[in-house]
Amino acid sequence: MSPEPRMVEVRKNVLKQNDVTARALREHFRAKGILAVSLVSSPGSGKTTFLEKTLTLLRPQYRVAALVGDLATENDAQRLARSGAPVKQITTGTLCHLEANMIQKALDGWNVDKLDFLFVENVGNLVCPSSYDLGEDLRLVLLSVTEGEDKPLKYPTIFNTADVAVITKMDLAAAVDFNEHALDQNIEAVRPRMRILKLSAKTGEGMHEFLDCLQKLQRSRPQAASAV
Amino acid sequence: MAQEEAELRGNVHIQAVHLRLGLLSGVVKDALRSSYEMACETTVLEGSRLIIEEIPVEIYCANCRTQRPVHSIQYFCCAECGTPSTEVVRGKELEVFALEIRE
Repeated sequence: MSPEPRMVEVRKNVLKQNDVTARALREHFRAKGILAVSLVSSPGSGKTTFLEKTLTLLRPQYRVAALVGDLATENDAQRLARSGAPVKQITTGTLCHLEANMIQKALDGWNVDKLDFLFVENVGNLVCPSSYDLGEDLRLVLLSVTEGEDKPLKYPTIFNTADVAVITKMDLAAAVDFNEHALDQNIEAVRPRMRILKLSAKTGEGMHEFLDCLQKLQRSRPQAASAV
Repeated sequence: MAQEEAELRGNVHIQAVHLRLGLLSGVVKDALRSSYEMACETTVLEGSRLIIEEIPVEIYCANCRTQRPVHSIQYFCCAECGTPSTEVVRGKELEVFALEIRE
């Protein structure tokens, strides 16, 4: 053993494997004309209700399916299945986010090639999902009006990795004195020019604007994300 | 990853791992440090040091027409002229940059 330590340059991305898998998924989705849309938010901001509504509204016209990640239980998959769309639960155990290889594994043996839309609901968490590319073309970050207008400032990284901000539970806005202007400003500060959609899955308010946006992206594939 | 590198080089002893960590990587330095120690136990990396170089966020500023630091990650605009930008040039890294080895 020589006494002097020596520096060797390595330059390896720690999440390289995830990025490689995500890229392969993205290419596959694009080749098959599938628009892959992922949803991230804190627990309880209404991802599942919003997605159930979205699947229900899209289903008469489009071929849709969903993957849903949770630490435990199949409750969300059961709720989403009420829409009539094919749904698969990914149970992560103790892991707080989805990774690209979990998507790949979940799709294994599931013929999604004929789909128009594939939705991926991430585990409720605003931190770790920001580091993992899932091969999606569009990442939605959801935030409900009950969570506080400063959430984008508290979790800037997740907003920075997302394409569109979806403000949910707008039917409760008045009850919680939701300050729309403050939230818009905070989102604009962490991600300038980010598209913001405000809606309520419960009343249906704003859902059509969201669906229009999805349909436009689907038609303008494969330059999906940049068209937002 | 570092372990693989050590094996590739003929089972050298790794004294330190140099990591580049972008402030937008979504990974927290302190959490990484404590998990590093745990992950290294009973491996060839046991006892090695983790040296983290934090990488600030830099954007391309269309107004200055060059790469500039961001005002803050809560306020995504050019630190020089205040023009908002979303074009991140630096700051997403999570990269094993170098190893300090003893042969």
